[in-house]
Amino acid sequence: MKRFLRPLINGILRENPILVLMIGLCPVLAVSSAAINGIYMGLAATFVLVGSNLIISIIRRFVPDQIRIPIFITIIATFVTIVDMVMHAYAPDMYNILGIFIPLIVVNCIILGRAEAFAYHNGVIESLGDGIGMGLGFTLILVVLGGIRELLGNGTLFGFQVMPIAYKPVLLMILPPGAFLTIGFLQALQRYRGGKG
Amino acid sequence: MLAHFLLLFIGALLVNNILLIKFIALCSFFGVSNSMSTSIGMGMAVTFVMVLASSVSWILWHFILVPLHLEFLQISSFILTIAALVQFVELFLKKNSPTLYRSMGIYLPLITTNCAILAVAFINVSSNFSFIESIVYAIGVSGGYTLAIVMFAGIRERMASAPIPRAFQGYPIAFVTASLMSLAFLGFKGLFGL
Repeated sequence: MKRFLRPLINGILRENPILVLMIGLCPVLAVSSAAINGIYMGLAATFVLVGSNLIISIIRRFVPDQIRIPIFITIIATFVTIVDMVMHAYAPDMYNILGIFIPLIVVNCIILGRAEAFAYHNGVIESLGDGIGMGLGFTLILVVLGGIRELLGNGTLFGFQVMPIAYKPVLLMILPPGAFLTIGFLQALQRYRGGKG
Repeated sequence: MLAHFLLLFIGALLVNNILLIKFIALCSFFGVSNSMSTSIGMGMAVTFVMVLASSVSWILWHFILVPLHLEFLQISSFILTIAALVQFVELFLKKNSPTLYRSMGIYLPLITTNCAILAVAFINVSSNFSFIESIVYAIGVSGGYTLAIVMFAGIRERMASAPIPRAFQGYPIAFVTASLMSLAFLGFKGLFGL
């Protein structure tokens, strides 16, 4: 159990892929204009991450070192194709909102990075924990970022009116500049607290 | 006809700038924008590969995948084709043009995982562009990429000597800078009523 939990918690907190490792930024900024988008995008990436980590940790002893990258990419692309088709069929509205960022999960540095750095060197159980942890860490940041932007830019949270009616939404926050601004401040905040503690 | 291509080009270059408005290929935007010279090299390499990859993926889609009804292989086949293409270009340049290889060779491996290349290939297919249109679009997008990354590198070089609060040093201030640049590019939105 410990072998499963340690990488899981590590991925959510200490090595959070977005805030600490600074990888896989594109979808984070692009789909975080509302909190609900973050949940879908995060779960899609988590599914791919868990699937590819699992398969790679199973077959790692048979994979020749020189051609491991193309093999990893093929495995990842297969899982991305599954997500793409499932979302197209069962959540067409969300599929249209997330648009090109679903197929682009295939080049998301987090997925290939974890395959190369973790799943290729660790057993099945640890890799499963790492995949879930990294995926949830990614989802968490997406939802937090989306929540802040939705709250300030639209006055709602998950589509429900939260701010008083008199609140005038800051439109900037749901436009592209707001994404850069929010993540910059989140990082500065995290560093400020880290410097003090 | 010419006006149509011009609109497509300007739209990709400024109005829908791939980095600042569409948020594609941000890893390289923050990763290699430390100095002017590296960002110019990266811009050149991206332009070259993007035009090549768009034409190859267009041919692959219209002459192989669609006639054989293999559309569901789009994601896997595009990423493998682009990875192979980048390897091939690297080998070709190393052998035939050492000067060019020296100026953009080190950026080529980075490009395999640059989402901009793959994104343009997908957009070409989903927008039903003709062959010429997809080439024009690729040139516009890569021009926009180069423009944004070179300007960003220039600002970051200046900022190196500015007094920045400790918590904001490094990436946080870079994000705030990118936010202001993005705001400026948002101003192009009214251009041509696109």
